[in-house]
Amino acid sequence: MDNVQVSNEQHLAMYEEMLLARRIDERMWLLNRAGSIPFVVSGQGQEVMQVAASFALDKEVDYILPYYRDLAVVLHFGMTTRDIFLMAYGKAEDPNSGGRQMPNHFGQKKNRIVTQSSPVTTQVPHAAGIALAAKMEGKSLVSFATMGEGSTNQGDFHEGLNFAGVHKLPAIFMVENNKYAISVPLSKQVACENIADRAIGYGMPGIKVDGNDPVAVYQAVKEARDRALNGDGPTLIEAESYRLTPHSSDDDDMTYRTKEEVDYEKSIDGLLQYRKKLMEEGILTEDKEREMEEKLKQEINEATDYAEKAASPDPKTLQDFVYSEEGF
Amino acid sequence: MAVLNYIQAITKALKEEMERDEKVFILGEDVGPRGGVFRATDGLYEQFGEARVLDTPLAESAIAGVGIGAAMYGMKPVAEMQFADFILPAVNQIMSEAARIRYRSNNDWDCPITIRAPYGGGVHGGLYHSQSIEAIFANQPGLKIVMPSSPYDVKGLLKASIRDQDPVLFLEHKRAYRLLKEEVPEEDYTIPIGKAAVKREGSDVTVITYGLCVHFAKQAAEKLEQEGISTEILDLRTVYPLDQEAIIKAASKTGKVLLVTEDNKEGSIIGEVAAIISEHCLFDLDAPIKRLGAPEVPAMPFASKLEKEMLMNSDKIETAIRDLAEF
Repeated sequence: MDNVQVSNEQHLAMYEEMLLARRIDERMWLLNRAGSIPFVVSGQGQEVMQVAASFALDKEVDYILPYYRDLAVVLHFGMTTRDIFLMAYGKAEDPNSGGRQMPNHFGQKKNRIVTQSSPVTTQVPHAAGIALAAKMEGKSLVSFATMGEGSTNQGDFHEGLNFAGVHKLPAIFMVENNKYAISVPLSKQVACENIADRAIGYGMPGIKVDGNDPVAVYQAVKEARDRALNGDGPTLIEAESYRLTPHSSDDDDMTYRTKEEVDYEKSIDGLLQYRKKLMEEGILTEDKEREMEEKLKQEINEATDYAEKAASPDPKTLQDFVYSEEGF
Repeated sequence: MAVLNYIQAITKALKEEMERDEKVFILGEDVGPRGGVFRATDGLYEQFGEARVLDTPLAESAIAGVGIGAAMYGMKPVAEMQFADFILPAVNQIMSEAARIRYRSNNDWDCPITIRAPYGGGVHGGLYHSQSIEAIFANQPGLKIVMPSSPYDVKGLLKASIRDQDPVLFLEHKRAYRLLKEEVPEEDYTIPIGKAAVKREGSDVTVITYGLCVHFAKQAAEKLEQEGISTEILDLRTVYPLDQEAIIKAASKTGKVLLVTEDNKEGSIIGEVAAIISEHCLFDLDAPIKRLGAPEVPAMPFASKLEKEMLMNSDKIETAIRDLAEF
């Protein structure tokens, strides 16, 4: 297929979303180290693929089943910066769970962000189920599930992709290969050369892309979506990048990888490369960047203040919503 | 009114719910043209087509997980596990996902799935086609576990399960499928989930049980009536969450309580029933609470004599009721 066209306006919009996700993530670490919030789990290094993939989807109809690093994906699908900070502080107004789940267990029905748990890969069969239901109802939409490369070893990956393949469901499975499952490197996770190679067993195309190349990711997801809506079934996409932070705020990555390795990866960070490219092409200017950074900073400051002051969940609500209060 | 056996009542409930609501669909292994290995979905593929009676790959976690996804979307899936023994690969989907979806999303998402599974022994099924698995799931708030004891209850409870807004594990005793027959009304009716039912009024001893053991308890009670022993039988119907009020009432009524399960005794549903009675009925009891269950062996053996030795039956219940009455 021909290379897709991405307008300058779209490039800027994509860059701004990536930058927002990065700046929110950085703020989370500051708040955690200052003792304000108990836990952070990051998406730094994966923003390029997350935003590019999101732009190839239709946020008005598609269902997303993100994993815990997908901050940029949920922001694109309508979760606000304020929502994200309410989640980090575990406040009552947190739309994900009302302070019930740890941060980054995303979910928001109005934006079709499907609620997620901590055991990894359970969302893969769910994505097949949503795609099946959409197909049964003749709806023109896709389900989009993301996961880390470690997740591709789980049984639910196999069972979910196989089911989607057999029934030719309108689903897209994107593996965000950041090279580590906490401390265990890719080489000790899988014996095959590429995660995308696993697709052949499920009768679907397996596409590997550079996760730091926004146009390549955008094109892969767009083609996958077209295929899905055409009735040609699901696609497995492997987008390769690197996890720039430790697994979480409770992890010390210097126990299993070197500072040199991380420093090198930071020097080729996809977000920096994209910035450089946009600058070189004159799409992004120093002025525009300053304006963008100021705007995002203000948005993040306001969200942080709001979330910090917001009410915690009332202890009296502990037993609410175990079951439906309506019965049938 | 037609006389239906237990499995015909299941098929009838499925058929009526699929006719009533086009969001109801079935998924599982061999549920399509084969009509299920026990014939529970007999004729449904022909009536509703492949899209609504879906043969799945042999993969239990996907059967549950795909159903859960469809339920979150807004469908009303009925997933079939071919044998309850094979539900274990789907435990993560049922516990970590289905049971927690409403709570973890603060009521934003829900998961109205029904998962049907045949359990229980007495069909020469050996270790892996005979097990009672309800206790594994019976401490998971968010999940409901329904275990009907008769064709009439099957129809009403399965319809209620399918219409319920939360996930329901619907466990069917496979030996009951063709053993139990009774009149089942043609009309639409539901039986409330979470409510136990008094299946026999009595004044000397109370038997609390569920599933096929209700049938054995009834047989024992009829026999004992001739000896002048009057037995109350409470059918739990829903084994999780338990109907505490009905349990307390039934136990207090006679003061002598026999709890029966086909499952291994230790850690079973009836242990929790005993705890409820201990907490609430101490001063109404006239005898220690008696529990009757299977011995602590891993699962049911294949050879007839071993299987019979392990299984619950009306003789064992009869003896236990008599002992309690004479206490």
